[in-house]
Amino acid sequence: MKKYSIFSLLRNSINFHQDWQKAWRSPDPKSCYDVIIIGGGGHGLATAYYLAKEHGITNVAVLEKGWLGGGNTGRNTTIIRSNYLWDESAALYEKSLQLFEGLSQDLNYNIMLSQRGVLNLAHNLHDLREINRRVNAIRLNGIDSEFLNVNQIKAFIPIINISRKIRYPILGASLQRRGGVARHDAVAWGFARAGDARGVDIIQNCEVTGIVHEKGRVSGVETTKGFIGAKKLGIVVAGHSTVLAGMAGLRLPIQSYPLQAMVSEPIKPIINCVVMSNAVHCYVSQSDKGELVLGAGIDSYNSYGQRGSLNVIEDQLAALCELFPLFSRLRLIRQWGGIVDTSPDASPIISKTPIDGLYLNCGWGTGGFKATPGSGWVFAHTIATDQPHELNAPFRLERFTSGALIDEHGAAAVAH
Amino acid sequence: MSRPLRLSLGGAIDRKKPVNFQFNGRQLCGYKGDTLASALLANGIHLVSRSFKYHRPRGIFASGTEEPNALVQLEVGPRTLASHQATKIKLYEGLKAFSANCWPSPAFDLLGILGFFHRILPAGFYYKTFMWPRWGWKIYEYLIRHIAGLGYCPRQPDPDRYDHMNAHTDILIIGSGPSGLAAAIEASHSSARIIIVDENSKFGGRLLSDNSKINNKSGPDWAAQQESILASNPNVKMLRNTTAFGYYDHNLIGMIENLTGPITGVKDKKRQRLWKIRAKQVVLAQGAFERPLVFSDNDRPGVMLAGAIRTFLNKYAVIPGRRVALFVNNDDAYRTALDLNAHGVEVVVVIDLRKEATGVLPNRTISEGIEVVEDAAITGVIGKSHVKKIEVMMLSEDGKSVQGEKRFFDCDLIGISGGWNPAVHLHSHTNGKTVWRKDDGVFIPGKTLQNIISIGACSGNFSLQSCLKDGWTAGKKVVKLTGFSSKKTNSPKDTENIPEQPWRNIWIIPSNAPAGQNDKHFVDQQHDVTAADIQLAAREGYQSVEHTKRYTTLGMATDQGKTSNIPGHAILAEILGKEVSAIGTTTFRPPYTPVTIGALAGPYTGLLFAPIRRSPMHYWHESNGAIWEDVGEWKRPWYYPKRNESMRDAVARECLATRNSVGILDASTLGKIDIQGPDSAEFLNRIYTNNWENLEIGCCRYGIMLREDGMVMDDGVTSRLGKNHYLMTTTTGNAASVLAWLEEWSQTEWPTLKVYFTSVTEQYATITLSGPNARLLLEEFTNDIDLGGGAFPAMQYREGTVGGFRARVFRISFTGECAFEINVQASGGANLWANFVNAGEKYGITPYGTETMHVLRAEKGYIIVGQETDGTVTPYDLGMNWIISKNKDFIGRRSLNRPDTARDDRKQLVGLLPNDKTEILPEGGQIVSQLQATYPIPMIGHVTSSYHSPILGRSFALALIKGGKKRLGQTVHVPLVERTITCQVTSHLFYDKEGHRLNG
Ligand SMILES: Cc1cc2nc3c(=O)[nH]c(=O)nc-3n(C[C@H](O)[C@H](O)[C@H](O)COP(=O)(O)OP(=O)(O)OC[C@H]3O[C@@H](n4cnc5c(N)ncnc54)[C@H](O)[C@@H]3O)c2cc1C
Repeated sequence: MKKYSIFSLLRNSINFHQDWQKAWRSPDPKSCYDVIIIGGGGHGLATAYYLAKEHGITNVAVLEKGWLGGGNTGRNTTIIRSNYLWDESAALYEKSLQLFEGLSQDLNYNIMLSQRGVLNLAHNLHDLREINRRVNAIRLNGIDSEFLNVNQIKAFIPIINISRKIRYPILGASLQRRGGVARHDAVAWGFARAGDARGVDIIQNCEVTGIVHEKGRVSGVETTKGFIGAKKLGIVVAGHSTVLAGMAGLRLPIQSYPLQAMVSEPIKPIINCVVMSNAVHCYVSQSDKGELVLGAGIDSYNSYGQRGSLNVIEDQLAALCELFPLFSRLRLIRQWGGIVDTSPDASPIISKTPIDGLYLNCGWGTGGFKATPGSGWVFAHTIATDQPHELNAPFRLERFTSGALIDEHGAAAVAH
Repeated sequence: MSRPLRLSLGGAIDRKKPVNFQFNGRQLCGYKGDTLASALLANGIHLVSRSFKYHRPRGIFASGTEEPNALVQLEVGPRTLASHQATKIKLYEGLKAFSANCWPSPAFDLLGILGFFHRILPAGFYYKTFMWPRWGWKIYEYLIRHIAGLGYCPRQPDPDRYDHMNAHTDILIIGSGPSGLAAAIEASHSSARIIIVDENSKFGGRLLSDNSKINNKSGPDWAAQQESILASNPNVKMLRNTTAFGYYDHNLIGMIENLTGPITGVKDKKRQRLWKIRAKQVVLAQGAFERPLVFSDNDRPGVMLAGAIRTFLNKYAVIPGRRVALFVNNDDAYRTALDLNAHGVEVVVVIDLRKEATGVLPNRTISEGIEVVEDAAITGVIGKSHVKKIEVMMLSEDGKSVQGEKRFFDCDLIGISGGWNPAVHLHSHTNGKTVWRKDDGVFIPGKTLQNIISIGACSGNFSLQSCLKDGWTAGKKVVKLTGFSSKKTNSPKDTENIPEQPWRNIWIIPSNAPAGQNDKHFVDQQHDVTAADIQLAAREGYQSVEHTKRYTTLGMATDQGKTSNIPGHAILAEILGKEVSAIGTTTFRPPYTPVTIGALAGPYTGLLFAPIRRSPMHYWHESNGAIWEDVGEWKRPWYYPKRNESMRDAVARECLATRNSVGILDASTLGKIDIQGPDSAEFLNRIYTNNWENLEIGCCRYGIMLREDGMVMDDGVTSRLGKNHYLMTTTTGNAASVLAWLEEWSQTEWPTLKVYFTSVTEQYATITLSGPNARLLLEEFTNDIDLGGGAFPAMQYREGTVGGFRARVFRISFTGECAFEINVQASGGANLWANFVNAGEKYGITPYGTETMHVLRAEKGYIIVGQETDGTVTPYDLGMNWIISKNKDFIGRRSLNRPDTARDDRKQLVGLLPNDKTEILPEGGQIVSQLQATYPIPMIGHVTSSYHSPILGRSFALALIKGGKKRLGQTVHVPLVERTITCQVTSHLFYDKEGHRLNG
């Protein structure tokens, strides 16, 4: 892998950038791999990268039915934070945030991590109580988290509407300064490039159509490019998790729903952090390009359609105009949807399965982008050692039958 | 003096109505009917703005929604609009526009220096650098952010208002060009309801731009005639200035109607209206966009689409240039040469990519004395801020390179045309497939699941004759499809049919050096994406169209790639050696054109954001100084401070009054669900954890309902009013979701149970009298209910008359005192309340709010759903084992038996007493058993409720603590940022443990 830097950029400019290598090869699949990862989203690519980097397992393929990063990885609103309520979640997401903090250098790919702060607003006494609870819990877990009163909020983000006269006035907020956003495509591409450099085969346009297993052990996958053998198999397909698990005869407690996001026209810097509100349901940040990136809740029906309904957007934008009346005259230029895999307790499943050699990573629902490196890191550990890492041990599939749920619904109707 | 740039005749402008406007502070004049773009051109201004990345000078390139370049900031102050296309702004008196993305002016722009660094700023350069030092990105990012962004957001709230409208129709026709009009006319011979929309203020589409004839009428005249025929038909609704921006499932189309100009001007007039139209059949007739040619320095101001030149000439009577060169690959573009020539504008040369131009139109052009150079290409444009000259060379045999002598032509306008692209956007919003038509290299609409017929240019049938024909046929067809019949039919109208020769597609026009090595071949002009960028993306492996798009930002600007996507994709396909159809096109996503956020939000902001729900006694509370708490949509009195009274004092006063005499509470907001039907008891049995079979008529029972996962979802008291008649109460915030929950189970899981639900929350006012004197006071108000403790014990219900109103009286207590909940019809609530307050004066009756209610119930250890519970708490955790029936099934039962749910070291409800009686624990404080200096500190639970208790004279709290039941008597700590509070774990029942007061 040729290193990216300002110097390589200068050097290549002399030759009109004719000599850049491919960021990743596009090899034909081998007949057999030690590990096959199904799903070329961020989580799948990160898993392959860490398998190679941390565990020296390089005979790995990532199979992607379309183009890599084309699932939720390339459709999300890129919010990153680790201020989760429960110890188990806090530890996992914090691991991920820490990996994010060194990711550009680790991958030698600028993922544009912008730690501009994530603000969660409280609009009623119930919100305040919940926010205090979270701030306290997160702080005691050793993660940065603070409470802001209304004046501090206004000072932090001057354009916000703190009028007492609006329908649901802002009463306070929690702030995680280390939270922020990153460039989603770059995360996928960076992992792909760095994984490829360590020998991982990234195979696009290769849809898995069947999972082959005998006597309780996986042996490979049927794909649109034929059968490919595998000793171990990781399913990391977000919205399609139940479909893939179904191929192995497993039923998952996962529901797939459309979740929409949208961006405005690019404008000069106007909002300097991520603002989320659950009671007044919407959230917003501004991309490096200047677009406002907006999102809200899921559509309430199951779908694989990767698009959502108009009414959800109307509600969300009304909420946006409540919080930021000055955004009303800006225009939306793109709107899209992804299919999110929601679990009953709003926490992921990173787990072994009843079938030997088959591993599962799903249930990230509306909020897994922030977990991309951490998820890949623990999943690689789980696959390599056939044991969950202590960070993902609580997130096993059996918790739904044992009852050890990690319920992160709490104050967050949608956990981005 | 040279000839004016405005023709003296023709066009859709009103020369009697001059309109004054300002551009970059310069006072200019145009006419009514002009767009800002046509008015600027009429004033000789081409240079409008600078591009996004390299800040290159840019001019007016197109004439409509496809314009990538000519962006302005419109107006200043609260009504300012960012990056609006000059081609879409209708001129109005006093308009003020400023060039986008430049400072101090478009002619001299400081950031223009970025252009010098273009060599180190290829596509995706930012992924490769800015990584050192690690903390440096913060600074780089700050700079990048300030350079990026095209326009400015207003700094004040939007003063304008927006509207929403729903409509249903049999037939919806989008686009009023020749095909849309023909379809509408044909369909209007039936009794089907028709809506026809167009984004322009006049119907006619391309007919207004082209010099064509139908039935010997000019295009605009024919269109006007059809428009008036349609207008006289009551079945036809015509929406002008309306853009269909999104096509959603089940034939739902979202549209924005512009009710005023971009700037309102008229007070109280709504600015835009969102239409949501559900149609049985949709006819897409949105036309096509002209395709640019990607040649060296094709972004110079003065390069314009050939069709746009005709639009400016014919529709706005503006001459966009005096010496025009055309660069084309098709016959249609020769119409521009002919039209210009007809108006006496010099056409210097027509450069045609095709080996020979022998069609009717080229021949006419040649016969008018215009030079046509075949098999040639423009290889360079001279003139940085305006076209001065072009360099032309002959093409090689394969069209991949140029050869021979350079020729130069002086000109000040270059008209270009690479053919036309059908506007398949709406079609593709529906997940509709597009099909690559190899002959001319265009995507045409393919299969879709929605009821769509695409016609005319937007289906790839470009000639006027075929547009009309498509229209008539589609008109007939949709009438049938929607189940109507036509009264009479029209045959296709008479129009000149000029055969055209095929186009020649060369996606990157060769020049002296490979693309990007000498000059730039722009594909996406707004985002400065060049052919070389696409080549680079492909070279680096970003080869899926989606990757190319994201890596280069091709097609992601505010014009959404209307002119750039197809050439970009074709270039990519060529590099990869694949068919364009094989690489596919990126999915077009809504919105088709940018949509105002405020328009989508519509009127549902401010007070309409969420309707305020008010109890029948609301205004009494208001005039008696209540401070409000928002609970869901309701306003509830939080507490009633007297003059200068602090919240704490007010709450203490309310608490003591209720404990010692009588308090009065407005409980109207609690959800009330009327349940009837012979299977009501069975239904309740399944929903609630306890047994309902044996509840007698006239009795009440507290119930808890669980979700499937065994966690507490809601609680409340349900009373049996009759044999098959119950009244359920829910928490205020959950009323709607509980009703939905009941309906869901009854409708989808147990449809055989005969049980019916009606929300009656708003039909009744609920007044709670609570305290030792509650009974005495109530006795004054009724003579048909025996209130004596023996006759009317706790958890029973009676009907009778209270204060002259028919009333349901429940002996339900949430305070631990003897209490009566009185339900009367909502309209009587305020009256009865006032009477209670007056009559209760002798007892010192005290209205209390939610805060006092919370203190009083917490003293009794009563939970509040959502406060003591958070979706992770079972009834066992709350110490409510008694409420779980062992001998029946109910929702959540199975989950409760899961091993981890049944463990006895789960978080359990306990009381907390701070060692310092004056210290009130913060709610949400985390509890630890051992203090330590390093993080993380293991937490064992959290404070759920915490208050000062006036009756106990000390602070107290409720908490959920791991294995809490076994920790009674232990010391625990609540570490806060600035201090730590130490407390004892106790039972969660603090007051009147024996319940004497409640039952008394
Ligand atoms: C609109 C939206 C906004 C969001 N906002 C945020 C946010 O702000 N912050 C945050 O943290 N998270 C957010 N998320 C969630 C986040 O995007 C996801 O949790 C995360 O990206 C999931 O990554 P993944 O790699 O698991 O899945 P994906 O990126 O979806 O990858 C799964 C891949 O599997 C492939 N696949 C499926 N079936 C097959 C098959 N049979 N064979 C081969 N391949 C297959 C798919 O094509 C896909 O590429 C958002 C999601 C959406 C939709």
